[in-house]
Amino acid sequence: MNKIFEKGGKLYWLHSTVDAFETFLHVPGTVTLKGSHVRDAIDLKRLLILVVIAAAPAALFGMWNVGYQHGLAMGQTGVHILEYFWFGFLKVLPLYLVSYIVGLGIEFASSQIRGEEVSEGYLVSGFFIPLIVPVDIPLWMLAVAVAFAVIFGKEVFGGTGMNIWNPALLTRAFLFFSYPNYMSGSDCWIAFKKGETAVADAFTGATPLALDGPAQYGTGFWDLFIGTVPGSVGETSVIAILLGAILLLWTGIASWKIMCGSVLGALVVGWIGNAAGITDIPCYMQLLYGGFAFGTVFMATDPVTSCQTECGKWIFGILIGMLCITVRLFNPGYAEGMMLAILLLNTFAPLIDHCVVSAHINRRERKLKAA
Amino acid sequence: MSEIIVLKKGLDVPVKGSADLRVSKSMTPATVAVRPDDVKGLLPRLLVKEGDRVLCGSPVIADKKNPEILLTAPVSGSVKEIVRGEKRKLLAVLIEADDTQEFVDFGVSNPAALSADEVKAALLGSGLWPMLVQRPYGILADPAATPKAVFVSAFNSGPLAADTEFTLGSQVAFIQKGIEALARIAPVHVSLDASVKDSAFSRLTGCTLHLFRGKHPAGNVGVQISHISPIRKGETVWTLPLHGLAAIGKLFATGRYNVRRLVAVTGPAAIEPSYVETVPGTPVKCFAPFYGNTPELDRFISGDLLSGANVGEDGFLGWRDDQITIIHEGTEKEFIGWIRPLRWKQFSTDRSYFSWLTPWRKYDMTTNLHGGPRPFLMNDGYYAKVLPMDIYPVFLAKACLAGDIDKMEKFGIYEVLPEDLATCEFVDPSKIYIQDCIAKGIDLMLKEMA
Repeated sequence: MNKIFEKGGKLYWLHSTVDAFETFLHVPGTVTLKGSHVRDAIDLKRLLILVVIAAAPAALFGMWNVGYQHGLAMGQTGVHILEYFWFGFLKVLPLYLVSYIVGLGIEFASSQIRGEEVSEGYLVSGFFIPLIVPVDIPLWMLAVAVAFAVIFGKEVFGGTGMNIWNPALLTRAFLFFSYPNYMSGSDCWIAFKKGETAVADAFTGATPLALDGPAQYGTGFWDLFIGTVPGSVGETSVIAILLGAILLLWTGIASWKIMCGSVLGALVVGWIGNAAGITDIPCYMQLLYGGFAFGTVFMATDPVTSCQTECGKWIFGILIGMLCITVRLFNPGYAEGMMLAILLLNTFAPLIDHCVVSAHINRRERKLKAA
Repeated sequence: MSEIIVLKKGLDVPVKGSADLRVSKSMTPATVAVRPDDVKGLLPRLLVKEGDRVLCGSPVIADKKNPEILLTAPVSGSVKEIVRGEKRKLLAVLIEADDTQEFVDFGVSNPAALSADEVKAALLGSGLWPMLVQRPYGILADPAATPKAVFVSAFNSGPLAADTEFTLGSQVAFIQKGIEALARIAPVHVSLDASVKDSAFSRLTGCTLHLFRGKHPAGNVGVQISHISPIRKGETVWTLPLHGLAAIGKLFATGRYNVRRLVAVTGPAAIEPSYVETVPGTPVKCFAPFYGNTPELDRFISGDLLSGANVGEDGFLGWRDDQITIIHEGTEKEFIGWIRPLRWKQFSTDRSYFSWLTPWRKYDMTTNLHGGPRPFLMNDGYYAKVLPMDIYPVFLAKACLAGDIDKMEKFGIYEVLPEDLATCEFVDPSKIYIQDCIAKGIDLMLKEMA
């Protein structure tokens, strides 16, 4: 690094930023100072870029789907891959720009204040945020929400690795409670150009979850599985999300225990709800609706905000699945339970870990006494 | 013999440069160092001055707290220099060796006929006492303490570590004598490598033999203790390296202080790595034939790659070490390294690279950190998969970082030394100095519990 960026230099206030770009281009030539003299080639940049790659299919499909939904609303038929994708890409690109410029800006600034290297955490959060918001969200709202989530959800705790809640979900929660009109109902999920309105007969842009009763069957299993339904940008396609899940599980970055637990919990409550006559929806359909799949694969498995212990991961996952479906079944005003389920369990993850670890310590002490 | 204890967790770091099973040189270096820093917990008091004549086994340094604990000269000769650092801290006593070695005669005796106190006195007087490490905390053993047991690992599992079957297989008789001596103080447990058929050490008697199978750190005595008989609060155990046990045996069998040992000179930067017979305190420069003309580009480690000490080219072989590792400093930047899909020359345990496809490969590693330090991000399980102990490594490390004694106790600080968590440090994507965290935690415990 040039001398003027080092401590005492004129441009020291840019130190973290320069360092971030430098380490982005090169693996730095720093050597181990103590302890283990050799190190594994893995670093956080590598782990986190894999998460982004895993989410890429969902993002690409989401962009196409934005165009597709717009086409449906305009009364068009057909798949028009490139045309729809381009439409969606232009709609989603500003979301990405806002997400990264605002989020990374704050991240760089606070790293500089702390005098640390810039952590890669926001690379992933910033990629997720546009995928879990409605495509027509005003950009200033997104900017405010991102700023809130990064400052109060992450930096005040000490940055990446220290946060309690998932920053991406915190962004969505902020939007949801501050600007509910833009985050629910039937108007927000379809992108329109200025002055356009839906022309197709009986068209509704509500997400399948927001529709009542039998109307929910208006979108069948395969529509939901492939993802040709209205919804947040990246959450609709279960098959694209599954592709990501395979990569995350294979590399071991995401915990299979959390994913399985969440699916299991959702199936159980969904089945009970169905059997008790609370809902007509078969339990397996619950896995396809709304943000469940995206939340289970990409949000619940965030290693920072989920449980640390192996046993805790099961509890964490199961509770998320159960809570999500419970909210769906009993709260008609708020059809999507995944966001709150994960945020709530993020809050309780340290408590779950505490219980698991305490139980382990007690077991150990008993074993030692017996020995 | 008991059943095999199989440890499924662990990691053998696949690095190039293991030593050929041959002794390429037997030497008595011109200058030998006695270094108090080699023995953690020793407060040195100098017993010699420059120009003094010493025999092999003459006292050089005593402990201030327990004056009967001595460090003795590993060679006979004259005191050449007393090296001091900042605040006159005693760093080393350099002894110029004679051409022919003369030994202090401690007298031949049959340890089985001695009492515990007589064995202790013999070890203290000869200077072999500091070979004993007291756990918890890995400090100098207290002669007044009565340990629960003495544990010895008869194999090394660390990267490129010396093969004890080769270095000590011919000294079983001495090791047996050493066991007889220590058994007067406390029961002796010896752990063997189950994957070695017909081990020379499987015929040892007077001790409890345990068989271990698994990857590193299966050969670490701390890991073995946690599977044989975990250390409870208030208990102490002693450990010592196998060559130390042989040295104790030699003391009783020959009456001489003889710590000569076979040292494995290893490492990816070592030229024709093989074994050398020498004494502890040998200057690294004596190993010059093993490294090239650019020593400033290399790192010299007394011990193994995961937990040895970086002693530098001007350093010395550690008192308890039987391995020298030479490795290139990894100061080169690697262009867009982290995003390359293959990175064929690097080793990683992570599935995001492809090292798992070629489990037989050995890698030419350097000391590059491969990233920048970050807070803990991955789950405890990411680290626990290379630690075969009933411990949550991240929770323990965080308790040490926070200086929370109560939690450190609960998470198992009594059972570990930094070296036991070395594999966790190796795989850490956050590049945290975990061994250093543990060492600081242990120092805090020592301060608070004193």
